[in-house]
Amino acid sequence: MSIRHALLALLSEGPKYGLRLREEFEAGTGEVWPLNIGQVYTTLQRLERDGLIESDDDDEQDSPQKRFRITAQGDRELAAWLRTPPDMSSPPRDELVIKVLVALLVPGTDVREVIQAHRRYLVELMQQWTRIKDADAGRDLALGLAVDAELFRLDAVVRWLDAADGRIRRAALEPPIAARDDLPRLKRKAGLAR
Amino acid sequence: MSMLELRQVSKVYGLGATEVHALHDVSLAVAPGAMVAVMGPSGSGKSTLLTIAGSLEEPTSGQVLVAGHELTRMSRNDKARLRRQSIGYVFQDFNLLPGLTAAENVALPLELDGVSARKAREAGLRALTDLGLADRAPSYPDQLSGGERQRVAIARAVVGDRHLLLADEPSGALDSENGEAVMRMIHTACKRGVAAVVVTHDAQLASWADRVVFIRDGHIVDQTVPAPGPESLLGQDR
Repeated sequence: MSIRHALLALLSEGPKYGLRLREEFEAGTGEVWPLNIGQVYTTLQRLERDGLIESDDDDEQDSPQKRFRITAQGDRELAAWLRTPPDMSSPPRDELVIKVLVALLVPGTDVREVIQAHRRYLVELMQQWTRIKDADAGRDLALGLAVDAELFRLDAVVRWLDAADGRIRRAALEPPIAARDDLPRLKRKAGLAR
Repeated sequence: MSMLELRQVSKVYGLGATEVHALHDVSLAVAPGAMVAVMGPSGSGKSTLLTIAGSLEEPTSGQVLVAGHELTRMSRNDKARLRRQSIGYVFQDFNLLPGLTAAENVALPLELDGVSARKAREAGLRALTDLGLADRAPSYPDQLSGGERQRVAIARAVVGDRHLLLADEPSGALDSENGEAVMRMIHTACKRGVAAVVVTHDAQLASWADRVVFIRDGHIVDQTVPAPGPESLLGQDR
């Protein structure tokens, strides 16, 4: 998450001191993404410089004792950010996808065994997240949302592995069919070729 | 002692050229209070594993033990009694009787087993209460949501002294919230000492289990290693 916008969101509730902002940032994300305290104060300085927040006085005192409030410009920036979808148009360079693709090329490699090694790791991670969810029992909304996001993300990767497993199994049984003329362009879009 | 133990269980359907090996030498032990998920693609043998574990089907070879009793050595009657008294089944489509209330549905297996109606009702209500469904006791199945029906089916599966719960895609037809409620409930039953085997292709649901076993082409190919506590995840990236 953008620290800049997290701080604006916390200040949208009312003026706060630097130290309190840091504590609330950690609590607000369910302590899932701990934060370097240094980042809070440098980000606050930048937000003030950009006119998105302002502080009580012009003293050169340390940020922990300084009180900040959001400006009208900061409110507009925050509202715009909340409604701007993050860029998800191009596939990220996914290390796991690359490993499975490379495994197909390495002679003597059982790709389905490679897939299973990754599947087991992901399910083990999901078991740990589910234990966190179970221990919390729905008390902490932010934690519940963050854990769900992680579980759905990992689940999507497991589903991809399941689909890859099936696709590789079928490909071994069926003869290859002729490639389409526009394949190079499609491959570029999928991040498989330059 | 394991609540359920499969020793080198194999299952072959058909003969000669049409022979299909559904399970090969599968061994699995589930202790009381443990929840094991069996994950695999369709056709991997996971449902066959469950029906054999529940004595609904005979293995071609190997042994199945429920609470230390070897099923393959039991008479048909003894096996039927063990099935009625010790094993609870949960299927994807709930299988509740529409003319009976939730409490009556849960009490039914005990009544069929000769327990007096009053005692069966008491045990049924206790199972519903233990799983947080006491307020649903007087409702008929068509007055319950899909998620509630499945939770009633779980209460029915663990009513009385049933200590082995076998579930085949128990949340297959449910949305993720209700699916989670169903898994949470099985998890709760396990904390009370029930041993559960849940067959699913869904990793989110499988992740409620203490151990996830992966099955492919009738073989158990892998299983998760019991993880350290949740703290290990919270500590990452610090």
